[in-house]
Amino acid sequence: MTKLTMTVNGRSVSGEVEGRTLLSTFLRENLGLTGTHVGCDTSQCGACTVHVNGLAVKSCTMFAQEAAGADVATIEGQAAADGTLNRIQQAFQDYHGLQCGFCTPGMVMAAAALLKDTPKPTEAEVRHHLEGNICRCTGYHNIVRAIMAASGQDVAPVAAE
Amino acid sequence: MYNFDFEQPANIEEAVAALKDEDALALSGGQTLIPSMKQRLNAPTKLVSLTAIDALKGVCPDGGQIAIGAATTHATVAAEATDYPALAALAGGIGDPAVRNRGTIGGSLANNDPAACYPAAVLASGATVVTNAREIAADAFFDGMFTTALQEGEIITDVRFPIPEKASYQKFEQPASRFALTGVFVAKYRDGVRVAVTGASEDGVMRWAEAEAALGTTFSAAALDDLSVSADGLIHDLHGTPAYRANLIKVLAQRAVEAAL
Ligand SMILES: Cc1cc2nc3c(=O)[nH]c(=O)nc-3n(C[C@H](O)[C@H](O)[C@H](O)COP(=O)(O)OP(=O)(O)OC[C@H]3O[C@@H](n4cnc5c(N)ncnc54)[C@H](O)[C@@H]3O)c2cc1C
Ligand code: FES
Ligand code: FES
Repeated sequence: MTKLTMTVNGRSVSGEVEGRTLLSTFLRENLGLTGTHVGCDTSQCGACTVHVNGLAVKSCTMFAQEAAGADVATIEGQAAADGTLNRIQQAFQDYHGLQCGFCTPGMVMAAAALLKDTPKPTEAEVRHHLEGNICRCTGYHNIVRAIMAASGQDVAPVAAE
Repeated sequence: MYNFDFEQPANIEEAVAALKDEDALALSGGQTLIPSMKQRLNAPTKLVSLTAIDALKGVCPDGGQIAIGAATTHATVAAEATDYPALAALAGGIGDPAVRNRGTIGGSLANNDPAACYPAAVLASGATVVTNAREIAADAFFDGMFTTALQEGEIITDVRFPIPEKASYQKFEQPASRFALTGVFVAKYRDGVRVAVTGASEDGVMRWAEAEAALGTTFSAAALDDLSVSADGLIHDLHGTPAYRANLIKVLAQRAVEAAL
């Protein structure tokens, strides 16, 4: 076991890990941050997406020790301390961007990474950016609408066709 | 996944020394190695991470060529290889954003997946793969599916691409994996044209000599009209038959020439 320290959602945390401990495992099992979901564990679905030093990564495809000293952001750090949702989370609620919610943490973190670099993406850019995030419920339509709305762009108030 | 010791050396010498252990493996972006370790297809006793070694990172244009450190991520190549736009576009089309933020060129080449994108760029560019021990020409580097000229413990340090006059990579994506069902990279240099094909052959990435000769005479899509590719030795899987891939090679090569013009 190796002692590991990193910053998660602005807080310094540490824990004992093995070589094979994944970042997703460290977040969920050592820190109890179970908002980061493990959908496939095979690098395909993106439910486990978190930010490491500002970049979106699949936390099931990175060892915890590779994040030693890094600044990690997870879904738990997205809302304000009083529980007020951030604009992306609020838009997912307003535009029904989730059904079962399993993919949602990864979707929100992927969207946050997109809007940081591309504040006003086109619909095509949003869809392209979400290629690594799989949703089995929504058909993506309302996820895309939510992200467009979160970026401050007009979204027609019609239901999915 | 079996457990292993994790090391993260700060320079190439320490990494090479750490890899002398039998059953030690290099870890770069982990986007191939970690999934394969979960499946126990790989079970190293020690992983030597290369990603803390600054000397292995960066995109460096230098005269008529561009050198890319082995541990440079696909996202960095996509953003910074502006002197070689076809290469930047290839890197930007690998997998998805999260894969591009971790996966690296060195890992992709060492792995030599028969459907990977970078091998096509390296072979079509006649690039040089530089290791801690030697320089290997592209034509001598790839040695069949998942096999390369790398010796045990040898690490790629950087890859040097001569910048072509014109080039394009056309990838027909396998939508579930986002790898190339077939992909063709065409690069036109002053002294000739090189065409490399990935995702098609059972021997991994390959050149298409007839197309190179035809395009060397006239660099136009029509120059390939009369050529056809034999289906012998092409991959047969649930995504496509050898005949389908043979057709794709020609179609994609023509699209690549058109996009390059
Ligand atoms: C969802 C998904 C989609 C993908 N889509 C594509 C795609 O469209 N096109 C494509 O080309 N690839 C694709 N990939 C693969 C991706 O590009 C990987 O990043 C790449 O194949 C391996 O690079 P890595 O840095 O992650 O290497 P690792 O996984 O860290 O290592 C792979 C192998 O290379 C060895 N190695 C690593 N670095 C070196 C070095 N410097 N010297 C010697 N040996 C080394 C390791 O020991 C290991 O055996 C995809 C992967 C995923 C998970
Ligand atoms: S759980 Fe990590 S990509 Fe699916
Ligand atoms: S809302 Fe159920 S998987 Fe996306």
